[in-house]
Amino acid sequence: MVYVALITGFVLILMGLYGALTNRNILRIIVSFTISSTGTNLVLIAVGYMSGRTAPILDEAVNVADAAARIIDPVPQALVLTAIVIGLGVTALMLTYAYKLYETKRTLDISKYTDLKW
Amino acid sequence: MTKKFVVLLLLAGLSSMFVGLLLGYSPDTALNHTARYYADNTVADTGAANIVTAIIVTYRGLDTLGEVTVLFLTATIVALILSQARQPGGVGSRKAVAAGELLQTGSRLLVPLILLFGAYVFVNGHLTPGGGFQGGAIVASATLLMLLTDPFRRFSHRLISVLESISGVLFVVIGVLGLVLAGGFLDNRILPLGAFGSLFSAGAIPVIYTLIGLKVGAEFSSMMASLSEAED
Repeated sequence: MVYVALITGFVLILMGLYGALTNRNILRIIVSFTISSTGTNLVLIAVGYMSGRTAPILDEAVNVADAAARIIDPVPQALVLTAIVIGLGVTALMLTYAYKLYETKRTLDISKYTDLKW
Repeated sequence: MTKKFVVLLLLAGLSSMFVGLLLGYSPDTALNHTARYYADNTVADTGAANIVTAIIVTYRGLDTLGEVTVLFLTATIVALILSQARQPGGVGSRKAVAAGELLQTGSRLLVPLILLFGAYVFVNGHLTPGGGFQGGAIVASATLLMLLTDPFRRFSHRLISVLESISGVLFVVIGVLGLVLAGGFLDNRILPLGAFGSLFSAGAIPVIYTLIGLKVGAEFSSMMASLSEAED
């Protein structure tokens, strides 16, 4: 189960990087980056998972005394929550810059933007 | 062609690293030191049932303040860049096809329910899965639905920024109150911890998460409103 999630995460990272490196359209590059960051989040969550245990929420079923033996690691989940929010901010910024770039040259083809190329 | 080859070579190198990681991975059988501390002491320290919430709002509350600041900066930069892009007389110059009856009636029915659900998710963040960021995203999806129904709808930027600033300032004020009245910055014990598992428990955590939810919802809405206005 953990391995399925880990392999899916790694494959998503690779797919995203491949898309970002080979596509010419800026919007497709942005989508590739979000796929890649989803893969990273999946790997982080999978590393914190332990089979046979439950979510880190305490109630009648999981009481405080034996919590340490029954819950999974809560730290990766907190980290991934942060990563998702920051990822969303980065995506919004990328889309905004893509819009500005389109406004200057009326194209989304990244090979047409040669100003910083040497 | 050579470029594609280089890309594939790079990916092959990366995937061999990933395979190495996978083969060397052995799942933990017991919680590590930090996680064990959180599992044993969260209820005594904070009174929250959801340990992830306790970590985000109390143990690592300062990081969350930074995270909210990053989101605030993003929303500001998006609005700044896109407001310069707007040409005069752009609004309404392009006619869109009116949304269908189903979408209009459906959004009128669903928007209040979505807002209510978002509020439920961030108020119950210390008891159930969810919290301020998730609830804020749900609240903002109501904005998205309204924009889908009427792409030319304009939201009051003033209302959004007032909501956002007030919740941001109150978040910091609660943090400073924790410094004065309790153990440190963003300490949740400025309010009584209450009965474990009830809605009014875990000290200041529900208050802080409600503020975060409002702030995140306002920021996401402002980003979407800016992006939608830019396409005129």
